Amino acid sequence: MAYIIKGETGDWELVIGLEVHCQVISNAKLFSGASTKFGAEPNHNVAFLDAGMPGMLPVINEKCIEQAVRTGLGLKAQINEYSEFSRKNYFYADLPLGYQISQFDKPIVGEGTMVLDLEGGETKEVGIERLHMEIDAGKSQHDQHPSKSYIDLNRAGVCLMEIVSKPDMSSPEEAGAYVRKLRSIVRYLETCDGNMDEGSMRCDVNVSVRKVGETELRTRTETKNVNSVRFVMQAIEAEAARQVEVYEDGGEIVQETRLFDPTKGETRSMRSKEHAHDYRYFPDPDLLPLILPEGFVENIKKTLPELPDEKKDRFINELGLSPYDASVLVAEKDKADFYEEVAKGRDGKLAANWVITNLFGALNKLGKGIDESPVSAENLGKLVELISNDTISGRIAKDVFEIMIETGDDPEKIVEEKGLKQITDTGAIEAAIDEIIAANQDKVEEIRGGKGKMLGWFVGQVMKATQGKANPGMVNKLLRDKIMG
Amino acid sequence: MTKLTHLTLAEARDGLKSGDFSAVELTKAHIDAMEANKDLNAFITEMPELALEQAASSDAKIKSGDAGAMEGLPIGMKDLFCTEGVRTTAASKILDNFIPPYESTVSGNLKKAGAVMVGKTNLDEFAMGSANITSAFGNVKNPWSADAGKDLVPGGSSGGSAAAVAGGLCLAATGTDTGGSIRQPASFTGIVGLKPTYGRCSRWGIVAFASSLDQAGPMTKTVRDSAIMLQSMAGYDVHDSTSAPMDLPDFEAALTGDIKGLKIGIPKEYKVDGMPQEIIDLWKKGEDMLKDAGAEIVEVSLPHTKYALATYYIVAPAEASSNLARYDGVRYGHRAEGELESLDDLYCKTRGQGFGDEVQRRIMIGTYVLSAGYYDAYYAKAQKIRTLISQDFKKAYETCDVILTPTCPSAAFGIGENEDDPVKMYLNDVFTVPTSLAGLPGMSVPTGLSEGGLPLGLQLIGRPFDEETLLRTAGVLETAAAFTAKPKMLGA
Repeated sequence: MAYIIKGETGDWELVIGLEVHCQVISNAKLFSGASTKFGAEPNHNVAFLDAGMPGMLPVINEKCIEQAVRTGLGLKAQINEYSEFSRKNYFYADLPLGYQISQFDKPIVGEGTMVLDLEGGETKEVGIERLHMEIDAGKSQHDQHPSKSYIDLNRAGVCLMEIVSKPDMSSPEEAGAYVRKLRSIVRYLETCDGNMDEGSMRCDVNVSVRKVGETELRTRTETKNVNSVRFVMQAIEAEAARQVEVYEDGGEIVQETRLFDPTKGETRSMRSKEHAHDYRYFPDPDLLPLILPEGFVENIKKTLPELPDEKKDRFINELGLSPYDASVLVAEKDKADFYEEVAKGRDGKLAANWVITNLFGALNKLGKGIDESPVSAENLGKLVELISNDTISGRIAKDVFEIMIETGDDPEKIVEEKGLKQITDTGAIEAAIDEIIAANQDKVEEIRGGKGKMLGWFVGQVMKATQGKANPGMVNKLLRDKIMG
Repeated sequence: MTKLTHLTLAEARDGLKSGDFSAVELTKAHIDAMEANKDLNAFITEMPELALEQAASSDAKIKSGDAGAMEGLPIGMKDLFCTEGVRTTAASKILDNFIPPYESTVSGNLKKAGAVMVGKTNLDEFAMGSANITSAFGNVKNPWSADAGKDLVPGGSSGGSAAAVAGGLCLAATGTDTGGSIRQPASFTGIVGLKPTYGRCSRWGIVAFASSLDQAGPMTKTVRDSAIMLQSMAGYDVHDSTSAPMDLPDFEAALTGDIKGLKIGIPKEYKVDGMPQEIIDLWKKGEDMLKDAGAEIVEVSLPHTKYALATYYIVAPAEASSNLARYDGVRYGHRAEGELESLDDLYCKTRGQGFGDEVQRRIMIGTYVLSAGYYDAYYAKAQKIRTLISQDFKKAYETCDVILTPTCPSAAFGIGENEDDPVKMYLNDVFTVPTSLAGLPGMSVPTGLSEGGLPLGLQLIGRPFDEETLLRTAGVLETAAAFTAKPKMLGA
């Protein structure tokens, strides 16, 4: 469904592009060798270079290059064997060098594509414009002292990948799906931990609006540092609505940087015009051009894991899942791995239902992640198997599952101990049926008189009499035989 | 015995080895000379106590047979090299209280070789200048001033190092050369200055001026001294991505004195209009001396020479404007005091107070040439011309081995002269700048005296990483020129 804003003057559509900064997983910073460990005391992970001391020089950390290439491959993107680092010059207190070492016109990764998983299992392809590497700045803290600002340089020099999409998205939902998918891919690749609340993934949102049917792009704004999927979607909604209002009031949109205020649900202008930055990019003379050695990319390619899209295809084609179920399961690698263990050698669809509906539901309620699941994949697999081989019914299985969530016990043990095995003995079921028929002759007549629905009532009574253990299929069949004759 | 301060580095090395004198005596002699010649203002920071301590430890090492290649030899260190625990100013007010917690690779290499550091030498602020008149710590006086009867500049930016070596305050000194900062002051003070190939010496720990051009090198009394000192300074450094991962040849061994069959290129484009006759004559004299030694003289063409100076004054300030952005008063160095309205106010006041006029001028030029709308017209074009200049040399080296040119268009001038017009000052570097842009090794060898009795140098330019041929040729030129003149102040 297209996302349209109905205005006074007509229908408006959105054009959205995202720039996502991903903090690269590496032990050391991009150029200084200082540790990247999260949570260190302020200004403890700082090398002389990070503090901008005179005469200090950058040396590339090869691990970071590897991670960027890996991410590029995961985005099915062009890997540039020749790239350059440039200086982006600006003054700020938490930028000790007075410039950010970044990549400008020759990034390490070029165009690629990403497939978004949308509501109801639909997909949409979004272009990747580029991925470039750069160093992070430090952190200014303005709330520690009444008249002073404090600076923590632990983050200064940490390697970031900036991944820029093409302006291919047209709704907040698509933008949300983009961020989720990107997060999923970098987590699969283990190139970024994707934790937006810790700031290891940060989003800049480019939005413009135009009348439906227009082909030219209008002026866009960039809303900086939006730090959750929900905020990305809210920021787009708010910014698009603002732009439509401006246009409809006869105004013009200014190309500018804005900030999203989640408490007010609105964006506001960040910089005034007189502070418009001229970054004076030029190739960093302290660093030689980056030329990837022969075989570098190939070697990384060999170590790529199965990525969510391929996994999803396999789940659909080999395990018979619906596209929706498959995309839910592959979104996070540990969930997909869990599911695969449950489904191994068993009914894939049934396993998917149990993992998605029952397990994820229960974990949600408990507020736990898959890694903290009280039910192991092995035990959930056994439960699926007990259902498949008619040892227990689906209904009983739900009770067993409840116990498993509480105790983490093996379902076979639970079924055994509680005597929950399904009754498949025709004689036992027949006896129960006869008793109920005898006590409810009037209802039998009603069924015979055409009220077929009453049969359900009888099934319920039989199940009750057998404490739910009777095989429901057999109960149905025997009842039908006996009543309808 | 000659005065210890009149020895060359090689002579002093041999004297120490044979026990003619101790490192402490040698160092003491130079410290006394430093004391006696404070008017030269060659040093920003003198380190007599530390030097004597080092010398004593050198004596112990010499005795125990653990002597390094430059053990016990007193040298000056340009105050652009960060020295651990010793104030490093870059001759700027903005760093006047900066004490680095680390040692630059080159000064560390020299330390390891046993060299004794007597002090940090004066220079143009951030190495920006050709006369050592932009230092926040005052002008340096050329030791040849008495010969001219007026105060002369020592050249720049390594003016303090040049004056200290020429004036006998240390046996040798480090310099750095971005567009001629080793070669021009060497020429002005009658000493040998070698700018090695870009990448030969590590830049790690040297306060950066223009990263793609800066290169450290020795400033010495003789060519042999130059070879000895380069050996200890140079080498690959993993901390500098632009340093060359190459083994070092034995530079002193390259001084065979034999240049028979070597082809010496004379670039016709260096015969610039208005070049003083004495420079033309000196150049011809150098040509003849090398020819007499068995070399073959060939004319070569470096057609893009005329663009070199303009190119340099775009590239160097551009890089400087970015390199000097870190001096913001936030973490170290000078910081504006008093009422500050904002962060921008802190920057403006700190940098306005901390940087001198020439530095501010170059930051502004650099900022301008990199700014949106001008980048293509200036910086991008300058880079293209830089490539053409490199290609000029590459082509020239198809027909010659070493190129011979004057080092500067004139002898040392008086303090106060050329100061009204920055462009006139920049012209000092007209012969040295192309070499820097091409990253080639260049060397100034004192070859004669001007009409006014002041030293003049000739420049030799070598192929990349061929300092050996360069030194060999310089050695022959030195021998043939037999430049023995000393400034009057030495009383020799």
